[in-house]
Amino acid sequence: MKKEWKLLLDIFITFFKIAPVTFGGGYAMIPVIEREIVTKKQWLEEKDVTDVFALAGSVPGAVAINSATFTGYRVAGVRGAFAATIGVMIPTFLIVLLLGIFYIAFKDNPKVDAAFEGIRPAVVAMITFAAYKIKGSALIDKTTIVAFILSVFLLLFLQVHPMLLIIGSAFLGIILVNIRAKLGKETSIDARENQLDYFMGANI
Amino acid sequence: MTLWLLFKTFFLTGLLSFGGGYAIIPVIEAEVVKYGWMSTRQFTDIIAVASMSPGPIATNSAIVVGYETAGIVGAVVSAVAMVLPSLAIILIVAAFFSKVNDNRTVKSAFYMLRPIVVGLIAYAAIKFALSSHMIGSLSIHSISLIIIFFISLIALAKLKAHPASIILFAGLAGIALYS
Repeated sequence: MKKEWKLLLDIFITFFKIAPVTFGGGYAMIPVIEREIVTKKQWLEEKDVTDVFALAGSVPGAVAINSATFTGYRVAGVRGAFAATIGVMIPTFLIVLLLGIFYIAFKDNPKVDAAFEGIRPAVVAMITFAAYKIKGSALIDKTTIVAFILSVFLLLFLQVHPMLLIIGSAFLGIILVNIRAKLGKETSIDARENQLDYFMGANI
Repeated sequence: MTLWLLFKTFFLTGLLSFGGGYAIIPVIEAEVVKYGWMSTRQFTDIIAVASMSPGPIATNSAIVVGYETAGIVGAVVSAVAMVLPSLAIILIVAAFFSKVNDNRTVKSAFYMLRPIVVGLIAYAAIKFALSSHMIGSLSIHSISLIIIFFISLIALAKLKAHPASIILFAGLAGIALYS
């Protein structure tokens, strides 16, 4: 019993230390996880790391947190999953909370207001760049290009709720691929990657 | 009541967070504007704050929205709500299916999800460009904003600059130009 708590604490502390590295996207964690979890702690084998990140990218949520949850589960079951998740979240929670407190305290200051006037177009640039980076692995054929254009149109001009679009597109994908298969057409659903490169740098 | 709305909003957001933080920004934006918590323009500032910190951008923005709406408790509720769906799904998947990413149905869903993710991100960019008066009407002010946009874009793409340093420089440019 005492040994289990020690392991859980160890998991918690390990991910607590890794968390600030999640700067720059969840996949920035891969080399750190390899060093800390595979080499130092020997909780996972090298080949498991690929599995962890592939799964972390296929379920909803941030890759950085998901990979911690999944690693914690592999090491110590459900409790391990909780220890790793809480450990990876606390440092970034505190940092962003502190920044948020500063922002709210100073946002009405004219200088801060002017700074944010300059920052807003930079945010638009960051988002534009995120879209540009992932388009290669997402817009792979005519259907996906039409889906992209249609989705922007639906969002901008018909004010379709983004949630509806996400749910709808997942179902549409399943239906479409199956209908095509029945008609004897293959759809290249095998993501062309380097899976781990997929949303790299999207700051997930 | 506010806490429950925060929980509900970010639980749903967490559940639908496919394809990285920027794709889910329009979902959060739609909800915060609907509940009158803030305007699109204010939400752009939250994204800037969220990008300056380590950690996932969607979770970070949820934390700042939660704090601004209902203090520290709001921040905790938003963070927990955001991560709970992923935690539950990972536990279920890890217990029952060993290789979800090899599953044909999951792959088919992602075939259509991916282009929609690009669409959502593009939409977020257009919406924020409109609300910050970058596009829509032409003036010396809007031209200066567009110049900051292009310099930032080049710094990201060509110089591989870090988002936090881009925000810092854009902020300094803002103080120099607009105060």
